[in-house]
This record gives sequence, structure tokens and C-alpha cells, in this order.
Amino acid sequence: MWPQLEPLLAKVAKPARYIGLEDGAQRPHHSPEKVAWLLAYPDTYEIGLPNQGLQILYEILNERPDAVAERTYAPWVDLEELLRARGLPLFSLDTHRPASDFDVLGFNLSAELTYTNLLNMVDLAGVPVRAADRRPEHLLVAAGGHCTYNPEPIADFLDFVVLGDGEEIVAEITEVIAAWKASGRTEGSREHVLRELSHISGVYVPSMYECTYSGADLVAVTPRYPDVPERVEKRTVPDLADFPYPKNQLVPITEVVHDRLNVEVFRGCTRGCRFCQAGMITRPVRERPAEQVRTMVAEGLKRTGYDEVALTSLSTADYSGIESLVGDIVQSTDDGPPVSVSLPSLRVDAFGVGIATQLQRARRTGLTFAPEAGTWRMRQVINKLIREQDLYSAVDAAYANGWRRVKLYFLTGLPTETDADTLGIGDLARNCVELGKAHTKSPSVTVSLGGFVPKPFTPFQWFGQNTVEELRRKINLLRDDTRRSHGVNVKWHDPKATQIEGLASRGDRRLGPVIEEVWRRGGTFQEWSEKFDLALWQEAMANHGLDLDWYVHRHRTEDEVLPWDHLSAGLHKDFLWQDWRDALAEVGLPDCRWTPCYDCGACTGYSIEHIVASAVPPAGGSQGTGQDLTSSPVPVTLLGRAPQPATGAAR
Amino acid sequence: MRIRIRYRKLGKVRFTSHRDIARCWERALRRAELPVASTEGFSPRPKVHFGLALSTGHESLGEYLDVDLIEPAGSTVDLEALPERLSPLLPPGIDVEAVVPVDRSEASLQEAVTSCTWVIEVPGQSPEALTAAVDTILAATELPVVRERKGKKVSDDLRPGILELSVLGATPPDAPEQGAVLEARLATQPRSVRPAELLAAFDPPLEEGRVRRTHQWITSDGATREPLSPGAPSLAPAGAGVP
Repeated sequence: MWPQLEPLLAKVAKPARYIGLEDGAQRPHHSPEKVAWLLAYPDTYEIGLPNQGLQILYEILNERPDAVAERTYAPWVDLEELLRARGLPLFSLDTHRPASDFDVLGFNLSAELTYTNLLNMVDLAGVPVRAADRRPEHLLVAAGGHCTYNPEPIADFLDFVVLGDGEEIVAEITEVIAAWKASGRTEGSREHVLRELSHISGVYVPSMYECTYSGADLVAVTPRYPDVPERVEKRTVPDLADFPYPKNQLVPITEVVHDRLNVEVFRGCTRGCRFCQAGMITRPVRERPAEQVRTMVAEGLKRTGYDEVALTSLSTADYSGIESLVGDIVQSTDDGPPVSVSLPSLRVDAFGVGIATQLQRARRTGLTFAPEAGTWRMRQVINKLIREQDLYSAVDAAYANGWRRVKLYFLTGLPTETDADTLGIGDLARNCVELGKAHTKSPSVTVSLGGFVPKPFTPFQWFGQNTVEELRRKINLLRDDTRRSHGVNVKWHDPKATQIEGLASRGDRRLGPVIEEVWRRGGTFQEWSEKFDLALWQEAMANHGLDLDWYVHRHRTEDEVLPWDHLSAGLHKDFLWQDWRDALAEVGLPDCRWTPCYDCGACTGYSIEHIVASAVPPAGGSQGTGQDLTSSPVPVTLLGRAPQPATGAAR
Repeated sequence: MRIRIRYRKLGKVRFTSHRDIARCWERALRRAELPVASTEGFSPRPKVHFGLALSTGHESLGEYLDVDLIEPAGSTVDLEALPERLSPLLPPGIDVEAVVPVDRSEASLQEAVTSCTWVIEVPGQSPEALTAAVDTILAATELPVVRERKGKKVSDDLRPGILELSVLGATPPDAPEQGAVLEARLATQPRSVRPAELLAAFDPPLEEGRVRRTHQWITSDGATREPLSPGAPSLAPAGAGVP
């Protein structure tokens, strides 16, 4: 399609995001016997390209003899308009092929507000947006990623959904689709291939399930056929060492977010922060062996020419032996050109700052911490067990080591939150400014306030989200409180967007027509503040007789059927409910890596265990839990002698 | 020691910006493990000096950058082998053609280049009609344009900056849109004339198709030459129209 695209690119903003050509990009050879995957991120190239999940699948699929994979991202509105005006479809970046040359359009869904973009891309691909309207000649529309733990709001538009880690399951899916392709995709065969896919553990085919309601209430989501599983379990890759991907991380030519080498050091997190969906659904902890991390960093830097590498995970300072790993990396790059190493998730204590100091030898401008809540009481509720003293020692260390600006992330609208908790944020920020004054003339502390959205498969999934008015009142309370506090700046997210994120996060299938209407009325790029349009959503809800308040602000009860109850992230529902009761009782729960098992289900259900390299908690302690962890029995498997899991569950 | 690199920017990669390509160069130089000199200070940057910016979307047969190498390691670099070493480390469509040492006392590329030759496709124009329009432009004694600068409207004369202008013929068959092809030598000093400004000066204004810079010119001692000194390895013939 390049000749048709070429004249259009001269007319659009940032055309470099449509040309591909990245180092690491592939030009796969398509042929009828290969399953062609078009891997998609439903946002702009700048946001989507760095997505590691898509990059991993891109490599794994292209290594297979029976598959090819290319990439696509949401075209910005200017290009979309030109494409539609000329009747041109969504295209791949790698070889600039039309979407119709592919068998699967596979989305990574990391943010609920991108759902309307997904519909727009399916439509641009020349495929009916509703799965029920598709015919054998249309590609299969699939989705994976964190949002798919509740795919119900977009279930009408998806042919199949993948829960959990994608590394292994893409092979099984490819084989089923290859057989479909070989059979000639005859009339009626679409239903058959979807039925086959539903037999793969980790694959959810929404059309194979029936939703029953009683009045406003969801009563059940049940399979239509006896061979379709009643509950779909997520997939978990037992050992990251088996998947040293991406091997050839894409190096974009034009600017993107996170434009650096990224090496995933572990997956999963058992800190147990109750608001954090990622920490709950990616369990158990699986560390990559340090030797493999060192190799991936060294080879990655050499191949890409990047001068920055990020060691990624949900809490990198918790990696066993992080100090020696960081020391090794810093030392190994000493002779060559300067390389900076970053940890995207810094722990709130002096230990974390110590590592940051070791890493960031130059350009010490700003450092970010996430205490998440303003009082110890509130932090016990959310199980982010940072003592005030931990934060102060971290901030003091930061200023003492030359940082001038500190950024603090907080959530507002948390369960049981009172005005004292909100005002506590102001106190923390002012105290941090005071600490800074010992080291610098004008210390600055930026408070970033995000509205809390309860997510599926977290203990807070039963909590009624704060209203827009309530969030706005709390934001204003804090703004007024800090107005005269010199050095404290408060930034916040739009509570209106938070409300719609909440709607899509815990909604059910009845939201399908709402999302479709918002899209049909031009509501794309809703995750971009300048494009977000609350009125569109409110009107669409009203047009379909649905109540925002009921979906977003209502507390759920223990016996309520949740729209995602027929899916499983491995967590027992009674564990989550108990954790929710503990939250309300202000009881914290220590990290299970170094304490006895709570039986959350993530390990036992899949016959796997945490894989960590050390039986001792990381230097610096277990983040304020204040307990002696070294003497207790350790329910973990040491790296290097991980049990071979019973992966037979999948096949 | 300073080296001057000449490269082409052709095909899909033309949709990248000057800054995008600058970053690609920094990564490529690191990957080639060249002994590039760095600035002093807390955040050292490689000493790389780029020539005139090329607008996003335009192709070029002659782009340049200067790179400072540290001594003595710089002197041992095999410059003749460098094009083959560097090209694979750059995006497809960026091809290094020649590398020569230059004297540090030489004026920077941005100062030294006084004009550029451009080949411009003009969609929807026949060569005959375009020739007549070109004659009108060349016959004009002045071509006033108004542009906004720091909020003020400034009037300016383009005509002195149009050094040469002619019609090469019809567009090649592979052109995305059919029309005629212009060749123009436009000044970069004292006032730079951009291809878009030239097209806008026509009456009625011309549409811009593909644009390719074919040469950059330095004027020294009354002679006009390209920024790589005459001793440089020979270059592929350039500027014979849009292939």
C-alpha cells in the first residue's frame, strides 16, 4: 500500500510514526500456509511502540515457521480522515500491507479509555465491529493485556481474548488458526475455529457464553456448550529464563515514550498493594536470573546504541541481589560511553535512593516516589506499608545526594478515605520541603494526585468509586491546604476521565452498545485529555437506559455476581474478600515472598511457585512491615532449582 | 580531528525529522564504537555538528555532518572503510557515501553553505505550462512575500534568493502524482528560500509533490563547490533529476 500512503504522509503531523524501518523491525515473508498476525496497540505510535508485550510476541511469532507478525498503531485523526476519504484501510508498518492480508488482529489492551480506538481500528481494517456480523473472510479480532481480565464491556467486538502471559499460548493459538486457514475458511467455519480456540487454556471466546440478568443484576455468565469451560484460567509462564525476549528490541527512529533499552528483571509482585491490579493479576513473582539480565543489558546496549537502560518490573528494588546487579552493570559500562541505568519503580526508602544514587551519576534533577496515601492509617488500608519515616529518609537522602525536585504520587478516592487522609498529603509534602531546605535553597515537591479506580481481581473490586464531585472536592481541599505552602505544587488528573475509566473497568456486556455509540459519534482517543468528552459517554449511557451511578459509584456485596466471575487470574475470590475485610479493618498484610503463604491461589492453583534467587528479603527490609523475616520458614523456590511445572494443564 | 560525512536520505525515511536523524546518528556512532569527542561537564554530549536542516518529507542526495574524534585514536580510523561500517547502523534509506578529514578551522557547515539545488515535483502541471510560469518568475524584478516574525509582519523579497530556476520535464512514471519537475538553486544566505516559499511565489501558487535536495554549495575564493573537498572519494552522479 506504500504508493497510496506516500502522498498522504506528506499531509499529516509526525509522518515518521507510520513508516516503520525501526532497527529490529522485520520484513516477514507472507505465504498461504502461515498464520499472519497483525499486532496492534490502540493508541498512537509514540505510546504503543515501546509496549514490551507486543514486542515479545512479535519476535516469538516471527521465529515460528508457521506464522508471521507485523505491527500497527492507531492512526492519528488527520491520517484517519485521509484514509477514509480515499477508501484506504488500516495498514501494517513493517511492509505496509492492508489489514485484510492478515488472519488475526491482536490488540494489547493496557488502558480502558482506548476501547473506542479498538473499534475504530477494527472498522478501518474493513471488518464489522461486532463479532456476530463477521464472516469467514474477515480476520479474527483478539485482545490480551491487563484490561482483558474484564473484557465484558468490549466482548461484543472481540472474537477471542487471551488471559495472562502470551509467550506460550500464541503457539497453540497459531496452530488452531493454521488448521482453519488450511481448511479454506469455508462458510460456517468461523464458529468452528472459535469453538476450537475456546478449548485452549487461557483463551476466552465471549460469543460462547450467555449472560443472564434479573432486572439490573447480572445473574450468571455461562458457556453455551458443554465443551466450553465454565471458567477460563489465565496463563502463566513458569520461568522467565526460558523467554529472553525481546532479543532485538525495536529502536524507533522518531521519539516515543520510554525511548531506551528495557530489560524485564522479574514479573509479578507480592507486595500486596490492594489498589494495584498489576500486582494481583501477574503473580507469582518470577525473577530472571541475574546472569541473563547482565547479558541482555550488555548485548542490548551494544546492538541498539542506546545510552540508557531501564530494569523493568513492578518493583525493581525488590529484585534479589539488586545491589550487586546494579553494581555489575554500572561497572561493565564504565569504559565505554556514559550509560545511565534507571529503575522505573523506585521504592520509598533510603535503600531505593541509595541505588538511584549509584545509578544516576549525572543529571540529578528529579526523583519520584509513590507513597500513594497521606496517612499511616490510609496506607494500612491499601497495604502500602510505608512509614512516614521511610518517606522522610528517602526524601532526605534524595536531597542530600543532589536531587532538587521530588515528585510524590498519591491516589485519592480510596476506601475509607477521610479529609484527614487528604490533608495528610499536604503535611507530608510540606515536611518533605522542610527536609530539603537543609540541602538546597528552594526545594520543590510536586504532588501528583490520581483518582482511584477500583479494578477487577483486586480486594477493592467491591468498592464504590468516588463520584466526580467528591474527587473534585478532595482535590480542592488539598489545593486550598497547600496554596500557601511554598515549594509544594499540586497536579491532578481529570476526575471526569477517572469516572469513565471506572465505568469501563468494572462494566458488563451491556456497555457494548454504549462504547459503540461513543465511537460512532467520533469519540476516539478518549485517553487524551484534549479529546476526552464526558458528554458523549453520558448521552450514550442515557440512550441505552443505563445508569453511570449504578456501574461506577455503587458498593458491591459479597454475593453479587461480578461480570468477570467466569474468568480467573488465579486468585481465590475468598482470599480477595478476606483482604477487602482486612483493608476495612486497617490490617496490613506483609509480602508473602518472605512469610508464610496466605493461599491467594496464584501459585497453588497452577502448581508453580515464586522463583526468587534469594531466601532473604532484599536489603533495606520488607518496606516497613517491621518484622523479622529472616527466621521464618521460606515458602519459595530458589532460582536454578525451580520445579518443572505441570504445564499439561494447558494441552 | 574532525571528519566530514556525506550521506543520502531517500525513500520512506524521508518522513523523519532532522532531530530524528540526529538521534539516529548519535546511536550509530556509539554502535560503530568510534572515538567521538565529548563535551565537558555534567552531562557530556558527543561533539557532532549537523549541517542545514532538511524539512520532514524531503529527500536528499547530499547531506552532511561533521564529527570530532579524539586523538590519537581518531587518526587510526580507516576513513575509506567508514561508509560501509556506518550505513548498516543507520535506518534504511540513509546511506553514507564518503568520509574525509576536514580542518577544524574550516567554517561550520551551517555557515559555509550558501545555496542548495532542489528538484521539485509539481503535481498537475504540464512541462509547457510550468515553463511559462517559470519565465514569469525569472522576469520579475522582485517577489515580495510577507511573513510573520515574532508576531510582526515582515515584508521580504524572495527574488534575490532564486539563483537558478528551470523545468526538467515531466514527472517520472513512479511519481505518486503526475506533473512536471522543477530544478531550482535557492540561496541559504543571507536569507534562506525554502522550496515551499518558491512554490507559493508562483501565481497561482504551485502544489508541492516530492522534493529532493540534490546539492549543497559552498562558495570559497570565488569558486562554488560541494562541502566535501575535491580530494574526497568520487561520488555517484547526483541531481540528474528524480529517478
